[in-house]
Amino acid sequence: MSDLSRRPGRFALVGWSTGFVFSGAVGALLMALSIVAIVLVPVVVGVLMLVVLVPMTRGLARWQRGWASRVLRHQISSPYLVAGDRRGKDLVRFYGSDIASWRDLAWLAVSLVVGVLTSAIYLGLLAVAVFFAIYPWLWAITPPGTFNADFGFFTVRSQSTAFLAMPLGAAVFGLWSLIGRRVMSYRARIDQALLSPTESAALKVRVQHLAESRADAVDTQAAELRRIERDLHDGAQARIVALGMSLGMAEEVLASDPEAARDLLVEARTSASAAMAELRSLVRGIHPPVLADRGLDGAVRALALASTMLVKVEVNLSGRLPAPVESAAYFCVAETLTNVVKHSRAPSAEVKVYHDGASLFLETRDVGVGGADQTKGTGLRGIARRLSAFDGSVSVTSPIGGPTVVHMEVPCVLS
Amino acid sequence: MRVVLAEDLALLREGLIRLLEANEFVVVEAVDNGPSLLQALIRHRPDVAVVDVRLPPTFTDEGLRMAIEARTQIPGLPVLVLSQYVEPLYAQELLGDRRGGVGYLLKDRVSNVASFIDAVRRVAAGGTAMDAEVIGAMLSRRTADEPLASLTPREIEVLALMAEGRSNAAVASRLFVTEKAVGKHTSSIFTKLGLEQHTDDNRRVLAVLAYLNPNN
Repeated sequence: MSDLSRRPGRFALVGWSTGFVFSGAVGALLMALSIVAIVLVPVVVGVLMLVVLVPMTRGLARWQRGWASRVLRHQISSPYLVAGDRRGKDLVRFYGSDIASWRDLAWLAVSLVVGVLTSAIYLGLLAVAVFFAIYPWLWAITPPGTFNADFGFFTVRSQSTAFLAMPLGAAVFGLWSLIGRRVMSYRARIDQALLSPTESAALKVRVQHLAESRADAVDTQAAELRRIERDLHDGAQARIVALGMSLGMAEEVLASDPEAARDLLVEARTSASAAMAELRSLVRGIHPPVLADRGLDGAVRALALASTMLVKVEVNLSGRLPAPVESAAYFCVAETLTNVVKHSRAPSAEVKVYHDGASLFLETRDVGVGGADQTKGTGLRGIARRLSAFDGSVSVTSPIGGPTVVHMEVPCVLS
Repeated sequence: MRVVLAEDLALLREGLIRLLEANEFVVVEAVDNGPSLLQALIRHRPDVAVVDVRLPPTFTDEGLRMAIEARTQIPGLPVLVLSQYVEPLYAQELLGDRRGGVGYLLKDRVSNVASFIDAVRRVAAGGTAMDAEVIGAMLSRRTADEPLASLTPREIEVLALMAEGRSNAAVASRLFVTEKAVGKHTSSIFTKLGLEQHTDDNRRVLAVLAYLNPNN
């Protein structure tokens, strides 16, 4: 996700529009090669070319989408269907069936024309403004007469008249400030039109996502149930069997050997305690009682208190979350704190929980060694899976040397 | 000694009444929900209250909240809270008013009758009785933070046992040292935690509190 809080500034856009001249050229090359490749699909070489070209085009489009999102301050989502593990011919056929691939091609053509044109307007106006602004100096440092010119309503013949170009420069600069950004946002809107998913594509992507997250949720649930069954079977159940045996034996020897019966009773009590302890830890894993008692606020504070390091907690919730979200959020925060303890070597961590009216935000921050990789850690993947069931997401920034910030977001309403 | 008891499961309530009365306690009232607990506590002002955390009508931490509420109205009212699970957060809240006379034990500790009765008596006398599991959870914390960082490992051990509510003699027998040695450790703990000016009972509570809540 790009940072939508700030629009690129006027001068940042100078860099961008210069970039667009090059990206337009790269795009033209990609388009030409893609057309050749499409023609060559019947021969294997076309397939090979497309396997490379389509991802490159998509990369370029993604870059543009990020820029346009920031200019329009509206996230343009990715329109592509997920290719999964398709390869070779299958993959190319899949690309062909995805309308977004064709729209990308159209975009390449449009961005070559519109992109270069808008960039030219943007850069050209600024260049003219600068040119006029420095006109007197140009006149001064060049051999006399080189920059003599007729501007229509005034003519430059001397150093003093050369200064007359400066207000003109200011006027052009004014024009550039006035319309420059608008031109660039036209460009962004054209990008948006071609690069955002069509309604049916958006629905397709959504359905695909829902199917995946549902399958994940069901799998996770089933695995959880299996784990609980196993824990009960090996733990509490076994202890209670042992307890029953001790009691049975005690009953038998009660009359003949009271001393032995007493020992057996002590044993039975120990078994009962152990069974309780196991049930307790099992319950904690299913749904922590403190979460039921106090909601996410209290439960996160309890987590902080139970952690082996110092955890600063800041919770700002004006109501209670839906129970399933609450539980997922709790386990995700717990997981991030475990990660901090395990990997970060940080002396302390900070947890923030807040709700902005539409989504719940969870943030865990530490100043440890950094270098966490979202794609590698099973913990982080577990978090992503847990949250995806609620359309939530997790992002991690963790440069080497820290700090590490895990940011989680779940759309939901407070009650 | 007069006891008010709050436990919603009839089976356990009857069991606890039997157990307490067999040990020379008088159960003046046994209630099964939060609001009547608060009324009973204020009406009877018992020597000690034995309270289950989870009570109707909310079936959350009603018992705990009512106990804390009662202690704001009757400062220092001795309360022993029982629960199926222990949560350091709750221990911290119970000890929050720094007055002592507080216990927080796992429910299954009741099965060890002698030590349970001992805990009730200790709480009634203004001491503390914290479950070893709470202490254990706290023990795993890094003690890098002030003021506990200045304590030696041995002093931490003594403080942990003190937090459970053990007397110097009990701590001594547990650590296989003389009672005098324990006395030395405790006074060193009090000095390091800056608790010299308080009475011994109150100091023990405050030391435990420092231990349970190092962020304070």
